Amino acid sequence: MKHLSEYRDPALARSLVRRIRETVTRPRVLMEICGGQTHTLIRQGIDEVLEGAVEMIHGPGCPVCVTPVEQIDRALHLASDPRVILTSYGDMLRVPGTRGDLLQVRARGGDVRVVYSPLDALALARKNPDREVVFFAVGFETTAPGNAMAVWRAKELGVANFSVLVSQVTVPPALRLILEAPGNRVEGVLAAGHVCTVMGWGEYEPLAEEFRVPVVVTGFEPLDLLQGIAMAVEALEEGRWGVENQYARSVRREGTPRARELMEQVFRRVDRAWRGVGVIPTSGLGLRPELAAFDAEVKFGLEGIRAQESPECRAGEVLQGRLKPPQCPAFGARCTPEHPLGAPMVSAEGACAAYYGAGRRSGQSSGGPTAMGSLGGRGAQGPARENAP
Amino acid sequence: MGLMCLGIPGQIVEIRQDEGLVMGTVDFGGARREVCLAFVEDQARVGDYAVVHAGFAISLVDEEEALRTLELLEEMGELGELEAE
Repeated sequence: MKHLSEYRDPALARSLVRRIRETVTRPRVLMEICGGQTHTLIRQGIDEVLEGAVEMIHGPGCPVCVTPVEQIDRALHLASDPRVILTSYGDMLRVPGTRGDLLQVRARGGDVRVVYSPLDALALARKNPDREVVFFAVGFETTAPGNAMAVWRAKELGVANFSVLVSQVTVPPALRLILEAPGNRVEGVLAAGHVCTVMGWGEYEPLAEEFRVPVVVTGFEPLDLLQGIAMAVEALEEGRWGVENQYARSVRREGTPRARELMEQVFRRVDRAWRGVGVIPTSGLGLRPELAAFDAEVKFGLEGIRAQESPECRAGEVLQGRLKPPQCPAFGARCTPEHPLGAPMVSAEGACAAYYGAGRRSGQSSGGPTAMGSLGGRGAQGPARENAP
Repeated sequence: MGLMCLGIPGQIVEIRQDEGLVMGTVDFGGARREVCLAFVEDQARVGDYAVVHAGFAISLVDEEEALRTLELLEEMGELGELEAE
């Protein structure tokens, strides 16, 4: 794939690591927002090769992880309803609710189907006019335009048996919560390249100004991350703050206008609970009242379903960067990908699953083969993520 | 498959209309998928690379910027080499 292998060149990575080490005058603390970036950092061992120079704190950017247990319980309730076909992105199926997960409901006869796109769910509704098709619309600003499109098309085409269970969240309010928390250690931020691809970076300018932090819009390949880190530490060492764009091949200042316009037409800002964190004001998107006919919460009267988080799962602290996964007493013992206590151990983008999958069970260096491990002369390049859409 | 939040670049190999919606076929290193191109329909041409999230193209990869970033990386890398010597 064009422009992908170039961004994984180990020799260039080694020299960038040296440059970062040369730049810092003391250890710096940065936060990457996106779970996809967390995975690249951990899987490639980038955090390990920068040890002592830059500490990476993992942010809340895993959509599966932040979906509150209440919304999972509502999805479980819908999936158990014989009238309903519940459709979802594949990564939601094993996320534990209060009683089990969607896979277990399916094993008991619930009609739960994985779709690639919300438009596939809409097509399913048109093919099955005698059933109610509900799409579990979760995610950050990256999935919001597509989910908005599915609702908009349902209205245009008059598909009355289609609705969405919405659990959309947005990054900036969560970032504010982290930066203004007492004892915050984050000095610089790597903003999520694809969220900014949709939204642009205008929302981050006031945050960078108010908290005097450099914010670097960063991509997802190993070299993107190293360059983003280099740009952030250079700004820190020079006493600069503001927004810079590392991921210019995808991100423009204004984002993707058509996507933003449709989001505006379909969604409004609402307060939303984040799993393990609680309600963050104006951090969510909900359907506009005039689209209530497509809102599964209204259609099926789900507001009464309330739930409590598992007291043993410390996902909230992990999601806010206060706890590294191996520091959790349950990590790798009571909580594994096979028997997860919380979503960060389930999702491919979850920080707990990232550490577990990379063999980092003790918080110590894995010593295993990683692409950045080739810095030490071992290992090969990372997984070919472009082959797994 | 099924991962909603990983954006993946792929090459547009076909563009068409589907009941008024601009759709296309995108090739991800051999695997082909139907993708909605409505958000990038102004500029999208066959042969372009698009960043795709859960069945929707959210941007087109800017060739010039991709090359500029690579040049910048090379430069940073060279400086890193010099400083390390």
